[in-house]
Order: sequence, then structure tokens, then C-alpha cells
Amino acid sequence: MPTQVAFFVEVLAGGLLAGVMYALVALGFVLIYKASGVFNFAQGSMVFFAALTFVSLTERGWNFWLALAVTLVVMVVLGVVIERTVLRPLVNQPQITLFMATIGLTFVLEGLSQLIWGSQPHGLELGIADVPIDWLSQKLNINISQFDIFAAFVAGALVAVLAVFFQKTRIGRALRAVADDHQAALAVGIPLQHIWAIVWAVAGFVALVAGLMWGVRNGVQYALTFTALKALPVLLIGGFESIPGAIIGGLIIGATEKLAEVYVGPMFGGGIESWFAYVVALLFLLVRPEGLYGEKHIDRV
Amino acid sequence: MSAVIKPKTDPILSVINIEVIYDHVILVLKGVSLEVLDGQIVALLGANGAGKTTTLKAISNLLRAERGEVTKGMILYRGERIDRSSPAELVKRGICQVMEGRHCFQHLTVEENLLTGAYTRGYIASGVREELEKVYRYFPRLKERRHAQSGYTSGGEQQMTAIGRALMARPRMILLDEPSMGLAPQLVEEIFEIVRELNRKEGVSFLLAEQNTNIALRYADYGYILENGRVVMDGEGRELAENEDVKEFYLGFSSAGRRSFRDVKSYRRRKRWL
Repeated sequence: MPTQVAFFVEVLAGGLLAGVMYALVALGFVLIYKASGVFNFAQGSMVFFAALTFVSLTERGWNFWLALAVTLVVMVVLGVVIERTVLRPLVNQPQITLFMATIGLTFVLEGLSQLIWGSQPHGLELGIADVPIDWLSQKLNINISQFDIFAAFVAGALVAVLAVFFQKTRIGRALRAVADDHQAALAVGIPLQHIWAIVWAVAGFVALVAGLMWGVRNGVQYALTFTALKALPVLLIGGFESIPGAIIGGLIIGATEKLAEVYVGPMFGGGIESWFAYVVALLFLLVRPEGLYGEKHIDRV
Repeated sequence: MSAVIKPKTDPILSVINIEVIYDHVILVLKGVSLEVLDGQIVALLGANGAGKTTTLKAISNLLRAERGEVTKGMILYRGERIDRSSPAELVKRGICQVMEGRHCFQHLTVEENLLTGAYTRGYIASGVREELEKVYRYFPRLKERRHAQSGYTSGGEQQMTAIGRALMARPRMILLDEPSMGLAPQLVEEIFEIVRELNRKEGVSFLLAEQNTNIALRYADYGYILENGRVVMDGEGRELAENEDVKEFYLGFSSAGRRSFRDVKSYRRRKRWL
């Protein structure tokens, strides 16, 4: 393969795979926004909290699976507690109030996790090294990290599990019902508060998965909370209410970001990767304000 | 065909002098009392803003989600107070509300909509499939449309979905709000026929709020007329339909021939309900 093409493929694939990582974070936002109309600013700190809890447990000599299970339980409990203490008292309040509450929650969670586990950064290993796959680099001269591939598989599996949960189970159906129409859900006897607690618990689970993946990539440290900000352009592109949207949005952001950095960056002297995603998102806002997969409002004429 | 269930005399639902306040200040119901006997269809009539929907929501306890509150009086279901029960508990005990404007879950299919109605009955219990088939027997059209996204079905189909969804919870009492809204007269007739059938064959009691006084009184055993948050008149369905004042105000015709607008106005002033 000519070097130019190989290089392009490498950049594109790297971008798409990075996009999957963004999508992982964006998923957590989508879940909560869909079910309760709350934009959960604290999703990033939940990611941080999950990763830090897991890494601290393993560093204390816990078995991998045990640590994973315990962290999962912690995240589920955390989700339920947040629903009880933050959201339930604010039910029926304007959206902006709830949004502000989640901003407050962000700082509480950040403080809490560092209070419990300390503030030094940790490295995280899942047994899959972040190194290029050998035969790809030898045969085609393309460097793609095997961990990226692994992360993509994990993300795919997670989405599949969520899809089955939403489509096939009684609770999943109730979740979609609540997302569609709160009032009607109440009227048929679906207890909104249970459903919200479940959604927060699921979002906690998604945060754990995202936290592990990002933890391996960048280390488990305070900066992990900023991954939430990376999810914003993904949501603007994909739409706040759509799981497929989050995935597609993530891929678009990941790919354009990397391609722009490599091919457009040099014109500006480089360093455009960190903000280019927002430019793309803004352009999208002008053309399609509801995002690619934003909920279609069904209007009968 | 099962035998016709005769109305029994004990009330399944009693609303006793309730007062409802929205947002702590707006007094909407000023002492409403009514009763539904087991196996009856009772109509709640009145103009826009008279308090019909609020009365139904007070019973099903959906008021709290709209910052409304029952501040006086009480509501009994089979002799037990229910004004503190959550909507989910009420559905479990057999009271279901079908809201005004249908409120189907638009992005769910018709069948998924129906299944959500069985939520309170726990994990796919044995009876749910049978219940679904029963709903399809009453509403064959829903069976044809079972896989269609609810938001894309017609208004009549949505009304059927909403009633069917309520039936999935095996209710003893359905609070039906404005079933005729936005439907063609023929469809309205069809819906009311099914309501009567459900009432007779399944023994479900109905409290239905309607602006279409004409059709409501044809199907109802008993009726209450609400005005400005008060019950101003009540009686047997047929009796109300014959009543001169009801004819004048709600059925849109009068026995004394055409009157000028001015006459009507003064007449209304004199005959203010109290």
C-alpha cells in the first residue's frame, strides 16, 4: 500500500476508534437525558469516580473481577442515592434548576472521590497493552492500537446489551415509555422514581465502562472529568436523545478531529485537535439543531 | 357471552366534598361530591374549565405531578381512603385513568403501549398474553396495527390504544377523560359502544368526563354537571337528557323556539345554578 494511503487509513481508523471512546461517555448523558430530561453535567465526574474506585481497589490487591463487581455495585448505589437526594426533592422544578443541581453534584463527586481515594494519579492496566497490532504494521504499514480495537468491541457489546435491555425487557419498555410521556407513564402505574433510579444506576454502569477505557488510555486522574466536555460536541451532532446518535456522533467527532489535526492543522501551526470538535458541532447546530438522530417529534396533520 | 352484570348498590367510588388547589393559590374545585356505584357508567359533564379533568386527576392522584393538591374532603374506593395513595398503587388496586388527548407512548408500537399497561402486574406473568388477546378481541383494529409506531396511528386508534392500555392492568374502574375529543362522530359512537360492552361484559365501572353531553347522556346511567368547580346538578342519564335547563345549556336546543341573544342572556342570569 502506498505510504500516503496507509497513513490516511491509519489516521482515520485511529480517529474512529477514539470516537468510540467519546461515544462511551456520551451514552451516559443520553440515558439520563432521555428518561428524565436532565442534562447530567456530573457524568464526567461519575466516570472519574468509577475509574478511581476500581483502580484503588485493584491496587489494594483485590482480584480484578471482584474489584469490578464491587465498583459496579458502588456505581449502582451511587446512582440510586443521587436520585433520592438530589433529583427527587427537585421533581417538577424547571430544567435549569436540575441542571444547576448536577453541576453542584459534579464538584461534590470530585471532592468525595479524592477524599476517599486520594488525589494522586494512577496507571490502569486491563491486561491489553496499548501497542500497535504487529501484523497490521508489518503487512500494511498501518499502526492501530490493539487496545483501541478492544475498546471498540467493549463499546459495541455495551450498546448491544443496552439495546436488548431497552427493547426486550419490561423495565426497558417502561424506560422508553417514561422518556416518551411522563404523565401517561404515571397514569398506567409506572413509578417514575423507580425508573429514574434505574436510569441513574445504568448511567453509573456506563460510566464505569467508560472510566476503565479512558483510565487505560490517559491514566486515572482528575483530568478524566473533562472527558465529559468531549462528549458535548458528540451530543450536539448525534442528538441528546439517541443512542445510535451518540455512537455516530462519536465516530464523526473522532474522525474529523484526527483528520483535521493531521491535514488541516499544519496550516494553523498545529494544535487544532482540542477545539476542532466544537467547530464541527457549531456548524452542525446551524444546519441541524436537533442533531442527526434527535427525537423526531411525531406530528399528525 | 357472559351474563349481564346487574349494577349492585354499593358505591365503588365516593368523592366527598373535595377541594383542589393548584400552586397553593388557585382554587379549582370548591367542594365536589359524587358517587359511582359498582358496575355503573357515570358521566361528568360541563363546559371547558369546569373542573372535570381536575376531578378525575384528583381521584387518580395525578394532580401532584401538576402541583395540584386535594386540600379538603376525601375520596373513597370500596370504602377505603385513597387520597394519599400513589398513582401506581391505585392502578394496582384497580383504578386506571385514560387521559385527555390519549397520551399514547408515541415512539412505542401499539403492542408495546398495551404491554406497558401491565407494568404493575410484575414480570411477564401468565395472564398478560391472555389479557392482550382480550384487548385485541375488543379492538380488532389494534391487532392489525400492533407493530405500527403509535405516533403514526390515527386518532381513533390512539384512543383505542389508550383504553386498551388501561385494560391491561385489569381495572375495576376506569376514569375516562374526554374520549370523544377530536374524533369523527362515527368513531365516537364506536368508542362508546365498546365502553358499554366493557361495562356489561367485564363489569368495569366508568367515570367519564365529556363535553359531548349528548352522547355521554345516552350511554351513562347517571350524570353530574359541573360548573365553576361545583356540582350544580345530578340525576339519571335519561332524566338529565330530558331536563329543560340541560337542554338549554348543554344540548344546544330549547323547547320554547328561537330566542334572541338578549333573552338567553337574561335567562341565564336568572337561572344561575347555586
